[in-house]
Amino acid sequence: MKEEQIVGKSVPRKEGRDKVTGAARYIDDMTMPGMLYGATVRSQIPRGVIKKISFDSRFNWAEFVAVSAKDIPGKNCIALIGDDQPCLADGVVNHPEEPILLLAHQNPHVLRKAVDAVSIEYEPLPAVFTMEDSERCSQIIWGADNTFKTFLIAKGDIESVWEKADYIVEGEYTTGAQEQLYIENNGVIAAFDADQGITIWGSLQCPYYVHKAMMALLNLPSEKVRVVQAETGGAFGGKEDYPSIIAGHAALLAMKSGRPVKIIYDRMEDMTATTKRHPSRTRHRTAVSKDGKILGGEIEFTIDGGAYATLSSVVLSRGVIHAGGPYYWPCIRIRGKAVATSHPPHGAFRGFGAPQSLFAMERHMDRIAQVVGLSPVEIRRRNFLKLGETTTTDQVIREEIDLGKFLDRALVLSDYHAKKSRFVNENQIGPVKKGMGIAAFLHGAGFTGSGERYLASVVGVEGCADGTIRVLAASTEFGQGTNTVLCQIAAEALKLPYDCIQIAQPDTNQVPNSGPTVASRTAMVVGNLVRSAAIGIRQTLVAGGLHDSYSPEEFQAACQRHVAEHGELRSYARYDPPAGVFWDDQKYSGEAYASFAWAIYIAEVRVDLSTYAATVEDFVALQEVGRVLHPILAKGQIAGGVAQGIGFALYEKVVWQNGRMQNGQMTNYIMPTSADLPSIRVFFEEMGNIHGAYGAKGIGELPMDGPAPAIANAIEDALGTRFDSIPLLPEDIFEAISNSEPSEIR
Amino acid sequence: MRSAPADFTLRAPGTLQQVLALLATEPGTWLPISGGTDVMVQYAAGKLSSRQLVSIWNLTELRGIEVLPDEVKIGAGCTYTELREHDVIAREFPLLANAARWTGGVANQNRGTLGGNIVNASPAADSLPALLAYAAELVLVSVRGERRVPYHGFHTGYKKITMESDELIRVICLARRFSGYLQYSRKVGARNAQAISKVCMAALGRIRNGVVEDVRIALGSVAPVPIRLTDIEQMLKGRRIEPALQGVVKKGVVAAIQPIDDIRSSARYRAAVAGNLVAEFLAQLVDGGTLA
Amino acid sequence: MISNSERPGQCEISLAVNGEPKTVRVYPMARLLDVLRHELGLTGTKEGCGEGECGSCSVLMNGKLVNSCLVPALQAAGAGLTTIEGLAPGPQLTALQAAFLKCGGAQCGICTPGMILASRQLLDKKPKPTLEEVREGLSGNLCRCTGYMQIFEAVMEAAGGNPE
Repeated sequence: MKEEQIVGKSVPRKEGRDKVTGAARYIDDMTMPGMLYGATVRSQIPRGVIKKISFDSRFNWAEFVAVSAKDIPGKNCIALIGDDQPCLADGVVNHPEEPILLLAHQNPHVLRKAVDAVSIEYEPLPAVFTMEDSERCSQIIWGADNTFKTFLIAKGDIESVWEKADYIVEGEYTTGAQEQLYIENNGVIAAFDADQGITIWGSLQCPYYVHKAMMALLNLPSEKVRVVQAETGGAFGGKEDYPSIIAGHAALLAMKSGRPVKIIYDRMEDMTATTKRHPSRTRHRTAVSKDGKILGGEIEFTIDGGAYATLSSVVLSRGVIHAGGPYYWPCIRIRGKAVATSHPPHGAFRGFGAPQSLFAMERHMDRIAQVVGLSPVEIRRRNFLKLGETTTTDQVIREEIDLGKFLDRALVLSDYHAKKSRFVNENQIGPVKKGMGIAAFLHGAGFTGSGERYLASVVGVEGCADGTIRVLAASTEFGQGTNTVLCQIAAEALKLPYDCIQIAQPDTNQVPNSGPTVASRTAMVVGNLVRSAAIGIRQTLVAGGLHDSYSPEEFQAACQRHVAEHGELRSYARYDPPAGVFWDDQKYSGEAYASFAWAIYIAEVRVDLSTYAATVEDFVALQEVGRVLHPILAKGQIAGGVAQGIGFALYEKVVWQNGRMQNGQMTNYIMPTSADLPSIRVFFEEMGNIHGAYGAKGIGELPMDGPAPAIANAIEDALGTRFDSIPLLPEDIFEAISNSEPSEIR
Repeated sequence: MRSAPADFTLRAPGTLQQVLALLATEPGTWLPISGGTDVMVQYAAGKLSSRQLVSIWNLTELRGIEVLPDEVKIGAGCTYTELREHDVIAREFPLLANAARWTGGVANQNRGTLGGNIVNASPAADSLPALLAYAAELVLVSVRGERRVPYHGFHTGYKKITMESDELIRVICLARRFSGYLQYSRKVGARNAQAISKVCMAALGRIRNGVVEDVRIALGSVAPVPIRLTDIEQMLKGRRIEPALQGVVKKGVVAAIQPIDDIRSSARYRAAVAGNLVAEFLAQLVDGGTLA
Repeated sequence: MISNSERPGQCEISLAVNGEPKTVRVYPMARLLDVLRHELGLTGTKEGCGEGECGSCSVLMNGKLVNSCLVPALQAAGAGLTTIEGLAPGPQLTALQAAFLKCGGAQCGICTPGMILASRQLLDKKPKPTLEEVREGLSGNLCRCTGYMQIFEAVMEAAGGNPE
C-alpha cells in the first residue's frame, strides 16, 4: 500500500540544474594554485624484467618531478583484497601499460613529450594471452598455477542424474572484454601538506576504498588521508578500484613536489591502461528430462583476470552464483575459476560476472529447447524458480514470484508470437531476416553472503543550523541518481518537502563509510540506513518536545532550536544484518543475497544478409524491482543498461595484440549512437522487498544481464545459425554463414 | 592531446591568392587545413608530421555552389552540410548528398569539406565513390594558373594524389546529365552513424530497350584508392541483366578489388559485402532502371 | 594551469563568446576547446575523446554545431560562439534545459552540455522534428548513461511535440 508522497515520484534530480547549465564541476574543470600536471610512463611490453631506464639528455630533467617505486613511503601495492598489484612496477612488469615511473611538470604539453623521452630496456619474459594457455601452465605468470581463485558450488547428488537423463545437453559460451567507456576519463588532483596529510579529489565511486589504499601506500594514519569525490562523469564499475591507482600516483607526485598534482588520462590512455569487463568461458553439461525439466548439471565458469588479482575473486563469486539463472536445479556442480593472463587487470563493470554467466545460461536454455523439441518460451516456463524452491546455493525463495506470468506479460508487450509467425513468412524472401529472442534472469543486489555484514555500513543524517536536513553518506553520484534517491528517502521518512533535504559531498572528512557505490546496493541497503538515520533525527526532536504530526515549518524551527542549544543534531544508522539470512563462505551455500530482482527481456533483431549486420529493432525490458522509487531514474537506469548490453552483444570489441588493446580510440571502439538503438521499452513489476528501503531492490546492474543472450537467441531464430560467442560482429556472422551448409540457413 | 601547440605555426592569409603565394614560395612546407576534421585528429594523436599549416577555411573563393545549365561547380571549401542542404545537389546528385549525410555527425558535417575529403585521400572517404561515379572534374589552382583534370585517376596510390605541392582544388565540377539514371549508394560501417566505412559504394545505371546503356560502379574502402569497376562496367554494357550474370559479376567484383584486413574489418568480409552491394544495385537496375 | 606569460608564436585572437567580446593570447593551433576551458574559464564544454567522436566538446560557432576539439583557435577568430553557459541568458533555464531536467535527459551530465547544444542546433533547423530526425541530429553525441531514450523525450518535449 503506497501512501508515500515523495518516494515513488519523479522528483527533480538534486544536482540536475548544474548539469544542464554547465556549472557542474568535474576534475578537469578544477585547478589549484601552483598545480602541476602528472603523467605515467608505462610498460610497452607484456612481461619482462626492466634492465635500464634512460632519460633523453635533450630534456632538462631538473624541471620535472620524477617518482619511482623507491619513493613509496608505505607498501608498494594497491590495497584491495589480495594486495598483489604494485602501485609502480619495481624491476619487473607483468602487463602492457603497467605504470613504471611518474613525472610531473607545470606544462602538460612539455610533460607529454617527456613521457615519450624516457626509454626503457627490458629483458622480455614469455607472456600468456589466453585463458587456455594460462590453464595449461606451460608458463607460470602468477602464484603456483596462474589461478587467482576457485569456487565450487555443490548442491544435491549429481552423480545419479546422468543415468536418469533423457537428454544430456552440452555447450560452450564465451564473452569478450568490454570497456566501460564512461565519457569522462579517469582523473584526480592530489595535494599534500605535512600537517593535514594527503587530500585527493577524484572522479570515483568509492572514497573509502581510495582512503584505505592511500593509508597503506603512503604510510599515513586514517586522519591524515582525505578523499573527496568530485562530480563524476560516468563510472559503471570502471571507477570502483582503478581510482586507487591514479590517486596513489598523484599523491606520490604531490608528496615529492610539495605542490598539488592533477593527473587526467586522455581517451587512449584510459582505454588501454585501465580495467575492462572480464572475458569469460562457460561450459554447460545439463541433464534434462523428456518433458524439458532440468534434472541437474555441471557448469564450469572461467574468467580472465589479467595480470593481477584485484577484484577477480569477487567477480568470479557473482558469476558462479548467477550461473544457474532463474531456474530450479535439483542438483548442480558449479566450478568457477579466475586465471591470470598478461593483460592489464580486468575489473568491475556493471553486472560484475553475472552478464557473463547469464549469457551462457540463456543461450544454453535455447539449446536445451532445441534438443528437447520445446519452444524457448516453454522450456523456461517449465523450469522457473518458484516460492519455496531453492536456488543453486540452496537459498529458499521466499517471495511469491511468478516468472511465468511475467513471461506472459513480456510476450504480449513484445508481440512475440505474432512477430515470430510473420517472420517465418517474411524471412523466405530477400536478404533481411528477422528473429525474436528471450532472456530470463535474476540479479542479486547488495554484497554477496556475509559481505554486507562485513562492510558494516554507516550513514548519518544531520539537522543543520538553518533547519534543513543533510544526508551524510559515502555513496557517490555518477548519474544513477544516488543524490536524488537518498534525499527522497530522507524526505519521505521525515515527511518533509524534498527541497528541504540536501546531501553532503562524499568527503571522508565529512561522511561516514556507507560502503562502496557498487553491487546495486545504494538505494536498497544504504537507502534503508538513510531512512533509519532520518527517523533517528525525528525521534530526537520529538523527544525534545516536537509533536508527532508536525508541519515542515515546525520541524525546521525545532531543528534550528536543537542545533542552537546542543551545537549539532546528528543521527547515525549502522547496517544490521537481517535475521534468517545465513551464508556459508566455506561451502558457498545459503542466502547469497538478501533479495533478487527478476527480469524477462525480449529482443527483436533484424539481420541484413547483404551486409551481415544485426541490429536490434525493438526491445522489451520487463523487470520486477520490489518498488520503483523514482520512475524516471529507474527507467533511465534500465534503458542505459540495455544500451550497454546491446553494445556488449553487437558492437563493442576489444582488439588485443600481445596483451595491449589496439583500438583504444572512440573511432575504433564502437559504442552505439542514437541512430543505432531501437526504442527500449521499459516496464516494471513491483512485489516489494522487506530488506530494501521502501521495498526497493537494487536495479543498477540488472539490465546488463539480459540483452546479450536475448539478442544472440534472436539472431539464431532469424538465421538458424548458432552463435555462442560475443561480441558478434557482422564479420563473425559472415564467417559463420559462409562456413555453414546452405540447408542450415532458412 | 598529444601535440604541443607551441610547436606548430598556423597562418590564415585571408585570400586565395595569398595562400597560393605562400604555397608557391615554400612548396611542400605548408599543409593546407580547411575544416580540420582530418588534420586535427592526427594533430591530437601526436601524428601530424607537418609543423606549418595554412588555413583555407572560409576562403570566399572556395565557397559556394554555382549552378550552370550543364554543370554544377562545387567550391572545394563547401562543407558536407552545405552539400546536403543544397537543392540541386539533393535532387540531381543524391549519391553525393547521401555521402555528405553519412560522413560523421552534424558537427563534423559542419566543418568537413569536399575538397578536404579529396585531398586527405583516405580510401574509406565517403564522398569519393560518388565523385567517381559522376565522373567529376577538378579545377586545380596555383600561382601559375588553373587546370582542369578528370577526377578519375587523381589518386595514384594510398594517400597519393596527382596535384603539385603548390596547388589547391578550387572547384569540383559535376555534369548535369544523370537525372535519367538509377542512382544507388550505400555505406557499410560499424554502426549507423559516425563510422568509418568498411565498404562504400556509389553507382549509376541506365537501361534502354532492356539492355544496359550506361553503368558506373564505384567503391571505397576496398583498395588503396577509391575505384571504378571498369571491367565489370564494360562487361555489362549492352547486355541484359539476368540472374545468371550474378555469379559472374560477384566473381568479377572480388577480382577487381584489393581489400585488406585492418583494425575495422577483414578482407573476406569486405569482398563478400562489395559483391552483395553490386548485386543489389543490379537488381534495382533491372527493376527500375529506365527513366526517373 | 599553463602560465600566461608572453610566448613567441602566440597571437591575439578576438571572438565573441556568449555575446561578449573576448580577446585571448594563444598559439594559433591551440584547440578552441582549450581556449574556452582554460583561457576563458568556461569549463562547461568538456573533453571526452579529443578526436571529434563523442561530441562532448560541441559548441555553436556562428550558429553551427562544431566539435571544438577539432577547431584551431585561429579559425575561430571573429566568430560568434555559444557555449552551454550562454544558452540561458539569466537564471531562468531555457525550455530545452528544463526538458532535459524534467525527462531525465541528464544522468552523469558529462555529455549533457554538448547534447543540449546539438539539440539546440537540431531544433533551430527543425522546430518540430520527427523521432528519426532527432536520432540523426544527435548521432554525433555519444551518451553512455541514458541509452538516449530520455534524451529523445526531452528534445520532443522542448519541441512541443508528443514523444512517439
